[in-house]
Amino acid sequence: MVAGRLLTLAWVAWFAPLAACLMITLVGLQRRRRAATLAVGSLLLSFLCAVTLWWHSLHGAALPLQQAFSWIRFDGFEVPLGILLDPLSILMLLVVTGVGSAIFIYSTGYMHDDPGYPRYFACLSLFAFAMLGIVLADNWITLFISWELVGLASYLLIGFWYQRPAAADAGKKAFMVNRVADFGFLLGILLLWSVSDPLGGAHRTFALPALKDVIEHGYLPQNLLNIGALLIFCGVLGKSAQMPLHVWLPDAMEGPTPVSALIHAATMVAAGVYLLCRVFFLFDAAPIALSVVAWVGGITAFLAGCMAFVQNDLKRILAYSTLSQLGYMVMAAGLGGPVAAMYHLTTHACFKALLFLGAGSVIHALHEQEIWKMGGLLKTMPVTGGTFLIGAAALAGFPGLSGFWSKDEILALAWHQNWLLCIVAIVTAGLTALYMGRACFVVFFGQPRSHLPRPANHAGRGGHAHESPPVMTVPLVVLAVFTIIAGYLGIPEYLHQLHGVQVGFNEIVAVISVLAMSTGLWLAYQIYYRQVMTEQQLIQRGMAVYQALVDKLGFDTFYDWLVLRVQQTAAKLCSLFERFILIGTLVNGTGWVTRTAGGLLRLCQTGRVQFYVLVFLFGMTALIYVNVLR
Amino acid sequence: MINLHHYLVASAALFVIGFVGMVTRRNAILLLLSIEILFNAANLALVAASRYLGNLNGQILVFFSMTVAAAEVSVGLAIAILLVRHLKTLNADEVRLLKW
Repeated sequence: MVAGRLLTLAWVAWFAPLAACLMITLVGLQRRRRAATLAVGSLLLSFLCAVTLWWHSLHGAALPLQQAFSWIRFDGFEVPLGILLDPLSILMLLVVTGVGSAIFIYSTGYMHDDPGYPRYFACLSLFAFAMLGIVLADNWITLFISWELVGLASYLLIGFWYQRPAAADAGKKAFMVNRVADFGFLLGILLLWSVSDPLGGAHRTFALPALKDVIEHGYLPQNLLNIGALLIFCGVLGKSAQMPLHVWLPDAMEGPTPVSALIHAATMVAAGVYLLCRVFFLFDAAPIALSVVAWVGGITAFLAGCMAFVQNDLKRILAYSTLSQLGYMVMAAGLGGPVAAMYHLTTHACFKALLFLGAGSVIHALHEQEIWKMGGLLKTMPVTGGTFLIGAAALAGFPGLSGFWSKDEILALAWHQNWLLCIVAIVTAGLTALYMGRACFVVFFGQPRSHLPRPANHAGRGGHAHESPPVMTVPLVVLAVFTIIAGYLGIPEYLHQLHGVQVGFNEIVAVISVLAMSTGLWLAYQIYYRQVMTEQQLIQRGMAVYQALVDKLGFDTFYDWLVLRVQQTAAKLCSLFERFILIGTLVNGTGWVTRTAGGLLRLCQTGRVQFYVLVFLFGMTALIYVNVLR
Repeated sequence: MINLHHYLVASAALFVIGFVGMVTRRNAILLLLSIEILFNAANLALVAASRYLGNLNGQILVFFSMTVAAAEVSVGLAIAILLVRHLKTLNADEVRLLKW
């Protein structure tokens, strides 16, 4: 197919969800079925376009393709709107639309009884549009606009149940944390724009391929690249929820579960990792920034894994495990392996979406999120349970499943590049198996714990768990299939054009990671299945560590302190300065001087015309004396 | 021989008389009369200068000045009548409508 057709397909894939969003908001807010049909239909159309693009890219289409329009043009400053098609963006397109379609369809079942159903689908479509914008963008501006739109969609969907204060607060928190991060991102974009013309001015550009050329020709000094890359990485910190800006992601679980699956596990939070891979040419030329990226990723992976272990809410366990896996991906990118990062991103999108949708199915059935009130669900919900276990096994790195292959790629990379980070990563792999084993054994095995009293309005179906309807289980099965086979689809080979280190499969690392996983799984089996000790005894043994982890290592406390004490004090000082110096002295002072002078001067105006005449006489006399007689 | 200086002195004398009248008198009618004297002082100076310089510009200006003076007196008298009607007085000290 000719290049133009491929580009048209990409534009269609990008704008179809926007069309759906606009149609739903304009005409469909009262029509539930039509809203869902529009949203699902448009995303399926995008998915179809993505599959076509992928097929052509495998069969000899000349990539990369780029098409850009000039959107706003000033003298020496041009804001473009354009797309870039290469294997990286096509793969991400497939992930977003594919996983997205499964989740959209699942949502039609999960959200069925919600009064905000059409609004939900409008927001989801907006999200899909924004996310595809990040994926396809060929320049910083398109990327940044989409990046912010994704943040907006995320805010709208986290706070979807805005009647609940927790949800509204979580939405605000996510938005603000992302704004803080995006400030750095924007600075980075402007910095890189300002140096993007090696000849010094007239042809500065936002386009990524042009920047790539400039950097690869070595026109830019390394210090500048390090600063630019670190500023860009700021944006990644926020969007991909890396330490220390990870605090919004666990709270984002207040949103509807399919939203958590799509946005806060599979796609949006992966946007940061995608960005790292997209502009890897920049990080590749900035070694200091690259090692910062690697360490931030490694530390996040480990600490989030620890925190996942002490959570009691099923969705929060998954949220922390998402943080941990994102840490893996960021670490992989930081170790110079964007291929490994993208590989793990793809497989993780499949199995983490699967896990969240499984959790959603459980929550839908039980109206309960705390794992200690669940149990034995494998019998009552076989499809959900089975697929969840497949997802958990893939996450833990069970040999043969997709997570095993992609995680091995990252571990092998770490083995090759940095032994310290390799140890961190392997310990984290063990932790992953431990906390996923904990969640699975507690929720799906053992005895049902549903004898607890239930709210009256759920009495009809709350008492006994039941399997979810097919509209929810079919996406689970589809995702489970992809979770199993994604390791064999040749994703690393597909991305071979990316720069960076590629080490391939490493048997020694594989054995070590399987050992770590088995240890974690064995511990979980002993504690939570055979119950050699209860959770309470475990907590008492490691009280200090447990408390620190439950307190989220003080991050939230620190931010509270930062906002309540530091920022509030600064704000009060500024307020005092404004009230007394600016308003009190300068503004009102000027007014006072004018009024007083006026008050004095108007005493001259007596209203007696003859007085004026006299003053006039004296004035004239004085003038004549000065001008004529002297 | 009466020359320009005599005329100018006479004009200045008239001007001072008019001005003093304007400042000291309180009756609005007398004020108007004083203003007329001021006008005529200026007119006298203009005519004398015109004669002295040997052109007619000054005398033409005087015609304009007299026309304006006539119009001014009519407006001034109208104001005086209205003052009597509304404020029942012609005393300029009691008319302070222009005060702040």
